[in-house]
Amino acid sequence: MRSAVIVFPASNCDRDAETALRDITGRAPHMVWHAEGTFPEVDLIVLPGGFSYGDYLRAGAMAAHSPVMREVVARAGRGVPVLGICNGFQILCESGLLPGALMRNASLKFLGRDVHVRVETSQSLFTSRYAVGAVARMPIAHGDGNYFADDATLDRLEERGQIAFRYCLPDGTVGGAGNPNGARRDIAGIFNETKTVLGLMPHPERAADPLLGGTDGRAMFEGLAEALS
Amino acid sequence: MKARVHVTLKSGVLDPQGTAIQGALAHLGFEGVQGVRQGKLIELDLAESDPVRGRAVVEEMCRRLLANTVIENYAIEVVP
Repeated sequence: MRSAVIVFPASNCDRDAETALRDITGRAPHMVWHAEGTFPEVDLIVLPGGFSYGDYLRAGAMAAHSPVMREVVARAGRGVPVLGICNGFQILCESGLLPGALMRNASLKFLGRDVHVRVETSQSLFTSRYAVGAVARMPIAHGDGNYFADDATLDRLEERGQIAFRYCLPDGTVGGAGNPNGARRDIAGIFNETKTVLGLMPHPERAADPLLGGTDGRAMFEGLAEALS
Repeated sequence: MKARVHVTLKSGVLDPQGTAIQGALAHLGFEGVQGVRQGKLIELDLAESDPVRGRAVVEEMCRRLLANTVIENYAIEVVP
């Protein structure tokens, strides 16, 4: 599987994504600077976590309009899979590739800790190696992860099976104390309509090696490598 | 000409910062504050001198970048 990691000024999980992709797919990704107008053909594009452009204006707002994103949006339109993690999820929402927006955490606090998420579907490139209802533990590290969309949009996401992950307790009970940031309907990650674009706040690439304290994120990259190689 | 853009959260969208400010005001002894909503003020200095054309351009700026219309409203004030 050929992949690319887009690097914005103040991305800070680009190297984590690079390491996970290289270790799991056996092939180093292209690291693409945000000012590039184009980059080699790849099977997967990753928008990594971080604080692109210092989160100025709104998290992800500036990055969504950087030169490379025109190309990312065009390729997503042709069906090239795109994975946005944390700041990458914010950029996907700001660029219109995913519906909704990510707002300030309800607690107003930056949260850096592990959370549990329930896998809502295995019918996607990204979640094929997970069982429906499985609980995965991954870290979060964000101040703006509070997913918001209006009721009609949320209903549509649910009807079409576009919710990928929901925050839960370790036993799989969705919501309540398991929801760290106030996200509506406990949403931790969503797909676009064709399920070729996934955005999520937790970091699977930072839970892909036992040395990092967890490996529940590996299955996402293994599934992608299997489907896209 | 100058333009001012006021960006505010839509009603119905929770504003945890506004809620925190309201709590802090109450803590300082300001009574009767029934609600606080926080927004942004963006001031633009434009080469355009025609207020109608200027407003149209700023409108486009708001739709494309300055506001996220999923969660925010914007109001444009043109200062000739």
